[in-house]
Amino acid sequence: MNGMIAMAYLFSAVMFILSLGGLSSHETARRGNVYGMVGMAVAIVATIAGITAGAYWMVAIAMTVGAVIGLYLARRVAMTQMPQMVALLHSFVGLAAVLIGWGGFLDPRLSLTGAEHIVHNTEIYLGVFIGAITLTGSLVAFGKLQGLISGKPLMLPARHWLNLAAVIACIVLGGLFIPADLNAGTVINLLVMTSIALLLGIHLIAAIGGADMPVVISMLNSYSGWAAAATGFMLSNDLLIVVGALVGSSGAILSYIMCRGMNRSFVSVILGGFGSDGGEVAEGEIEGEAQATNFDELAADLEQANSVIIVPGFGMAVAHAQQAVSDLTDRLRKMGKTVRFGIHPVAGRLPGHMNVLLAEANVPYDIVLEMEEINDDFPDTDMVLVIGANDTVNPDAVEKPGSPIAGMPVLEVWKAGKVVVLKRSMASGYAGVANPLFYKDNSRMLFGDAKDSLQSVLGKLGNSSKSPSAREAVA
Amino acid sequence: MIIAIPKETAPGEHRVAATPESVRRLRDLGFSVAVERGAGEAASFPDDAYVEAGAEVCKDAAHCLKDAGLVLKVQSPSEEEMALIPEGATLIAFLKPAQNEELLQKLADRKINALAVESIPRISRAQKMDALSSMANIAGYRAVIEAAHNFGRFFTGQITAAGKIPPAKVLVIGAGVAGLSAIGTAKSMGAIVRAFDTRAEVREQVESMGAEFLTVEIEEEGSGTGGYAKEMSKEFIEAEMALFREQAKDADIVITTALIPGKPAPKLWLADMVDSMKEGSVVVDLAAEMGGNCDYTVADERVTESGVTIIGYTNLPSRAATQSSSLYATNLTHLLTDLTPEKDGNIAINFEDEAIRGATVVRDGEITWPPPAPKVSAQPKPAPKKEVVPEVKEEAAPKKKSALSIALFWLVAGGLILWLGRVAPPDFVSHFTVFVLAIFVGWQVIWNVTHALHTPLMSVTNAISGIVIVGALLQVGATGSALVTLLAFVAVLVASINIFGGFFVTYRMLKMFRR
Repeated sequence: MNGMIAMAYLFSAVMFILSLGGLSSHETARRGNVYGMVGMAVAIVATIAGITAGAYWMVAIAMTVGAVIGLYLARRVAMTQMPQMVALLHSFVGLAAVLIGWGGFLDPRLSLTGAEHIVHNTEIYLGVFIGAITLTGSLVAFGKLQGLISGKPLMLPARHWLNLAAVIACIVLGGLFIPADLNAGTVINLLVMTSIALLLGIHLIAAIGGADMPVVISMLNSYSGWAAAATGFMLSNDLLIVVGALVGSSGAILSYIMCRGMNRSFVSVILGGFGSDGGEVAEGEIEGEAQATNFDELAADLEQANSVIIVPGFGMAVAHAQQAVSDLTDRLRKMGKTVRFGIHPVAGRLPGHMNVLLAEANVPYDIVLEMEEINDDFPDTDMVLVIGANDTVNPDAVEKPGSPIAGMPVLEVWKAGKVVVLKRSMASGYAGVANPLFYKDNSRMLFGDAKDSLQSVLGKLGNSSKSPSAREAVA
Repeated sequence: MIIAIPKETAPGEHRVAATPESVRRLRDLGFSVAVERGAGEAASFPDDAYVEAGAEVCKDAAHCLKDAGLVLKVQSPSEEEMALIPEGATLIAFLKPAQNEELLQKLADRKINALAVESIPRISRAQKMDALSSMANIAGYRAVIEAAHNFGRFFTGQITAAGKIPPAKVLVIGAGVAGLSAIGTAKSMGAIVRAFDTRAEVREQVESMGAEFLTVEIEEEGSGTGGYAKEMSKEFIEAEMALFREQAKDADIVITTALIPGKPAPKLWLADMVDSMKEGSVVVDLAAEMGGNCDYTVADERVTESGVTIIGYTNLPSRAATQSSSLYATNLTHLLTDLTPEKDGNIAINFEDEAIRGATVVRDGEITWPPPAPKVSAQPKPAPKKEVVPEVKEEAAPKKKSALSIALFWLVAGGLILWLGRVAPPDFVSHFTVFVLAIFVGWQVIWNVTHALHTPLMSVTNAISGIVIVGALLQVGATGSALVTLLAFVAVLVASINIFGGFFVTYRMLKMFRR
């Protein structure tokens, strides 16, 4: 029986690896998801079949309730709310890890001694610690993304010292806990550590600004994996270890990609305090005047253009403008124009967020390109529409070595023939840096809600016939 | 206030200063409009269309101008027309103030206010009323059409059953509005186009139109203020001439557009260059009115010298009268919109407005030309030449880890692992092996995930990490402790939320991606 369960677990592990591998391309992604489901089903069935205690009814109740809640959440969530959803799901993994850790600790059946006892206690301790941080950290991230709490970083005085003190306290408690046997003292010990870890999770994430959330979420993704791995060690379960390691490295890679997209080190993001709600207008060191445009002009410009690149940012998600963007894309493509999308790695609040939103609005994925794929094409493009993006299209990152965002890879939209920026106001992006793009000769601003603006432009498209007035001078 | 649109009297002038469309917009500004009979005929705007737009059609110029407060024309008025314009009225037309001081004096004497459209400053705000650019655009287009008309071959190269047709080679001198327009037209007809300009900054514009940009290897910047070129030094001109001589042997069509404001056009295409051109070649001189860029140019004539046709028509815009009238009329409407801030049909010549100040050449009997220099150039300010300080930057050497530190890392890591293997129970060692290998598998697999699928990746890993349910399942009811069972029960519940929610939301997302 045990051998069969182990083989079933092996099968599940292979399925999970294939599942993640399937996500390497759009064609195999759905199959990958199915592999994941199969792996999960096999693992659960094998485990339940192996249970001798016969608590089937309890399992059935818990799983049914969980399934109903899970499916309800998943069905109801809007694609613009995916970051919150993912953060919330992370917190569940954290909670489960904490509970299982405690369960393992309180398990009366175990009577380990010597090295085995120490290893087991270490695993419990680590599992609970990571799980607790994941739990509250994810909840705070959820709150920030959902707008329940301010996106501004919480800046307690001496916050780094607070974190350090919390970590040291946990290590000291661990030193006392790990070698000790199960008694009242160790219970309190673990309880105190759990509370400290819960507070640490809150504080860590509260100090990180709203726009750094892509990194935070992928980091928490990673944590939830490590928590699962620690649980696996505690239970001597290889399947949990494999899955934990897979998820843990997946989250780590995503965090790394996000950090590279912002040209910031992982440490500086985690230490927090950079991002804010956005809106501080930076010092007016840029000369010139931003020129506004209107719906008629934009429609006329679009009619003139042969190739258009649309660069969406978080603003598109805020305005729920993806459907309008999609309609515009459709119309322009029917008019025989080349329309493509340029997506910055950190656009949005979740890795790949923009892709999901555009997919929801039925934009074909093969015209949605990554920054590296499209950056060289801007000089040959007639027209760029920047929809709710700011820092990711800031020329200072390339042109001004002294800028706070210098060195960050950006979409070089200003090299195109004409750039129209759809934006609510002239406020700067979350980096708090003014954007000289708005003042360039070839850029125009279209103020207002992106969704309304695009719908108005869509209405004008096809019934204006203004010719562009020649702007250059006579030699 | 009544706006009068008299029929143009200059010979060969087919344009008109208002179209039915612009009449409608002028009426919206509060004006009434009187159009002389047949004024738009040559530009294909019949009288009926004007009537329909709300204008009154008068039988002759005298009736038309009798009560006019504002006269819109294309060309400067003749003696007779001048006499008909009522005193105190305002005249807007191409007045050539630089060459026409006599006319300005007469207007001043008769207390007629005058705005010369060509002296509207070239500032960004005034682009919408820049009639010179509008006309130059048409002139450039028409120059190519005239050249094609006089050229005995195709523009585009073809290989046919009857033999190979080489493409025509077009050289455009001066890449202003007219030059660029000519480049675009010639290019779209299939010719090989080259362009020369003294201003280095137009290179991009030239190349964007699909032409090859020719330059002279001499450091000199040809940009003057106000977007015009300035006169160049002797060395530069010599090098330029050498380049042109070389091009003359090759080019089939030469279109010259070089103008320097307030000066006779520079002579760029000299007699010997024309002589060295192939038989049947064509030169179109857009500067004919200002004396011409070509030695042989005769204004308003088509002449042939050593087998080369030289076209010096000065009325190229008028040869595309419908188009040029509608652009000109639109420019004037924009100007009048600025002149009529109240939209009540009364104009106010406000000298605070830079565009209006620039255009006004006579006000209240006083000549106000030339205007003060424009403050803002449409072109970017010429940056003060910066000392080129070669930045000696310590090239941040790519962080190459030294072999020593790599060796040290593995030594320490290896030592730790060996120590762990010594003290840890054998069970742990085998789990640890699985763990490390799984990390490496994950690392390899995840890097292959495409960026666009990162969100589904997160949700699917989320669902998969619900595998902790296995741990909870093992604890439920198995330990005999009610507390542990309760904890495990809750754990199963939340992990199930994760599993079902995660997979389903991933499914929802992946379903949306379509090609």
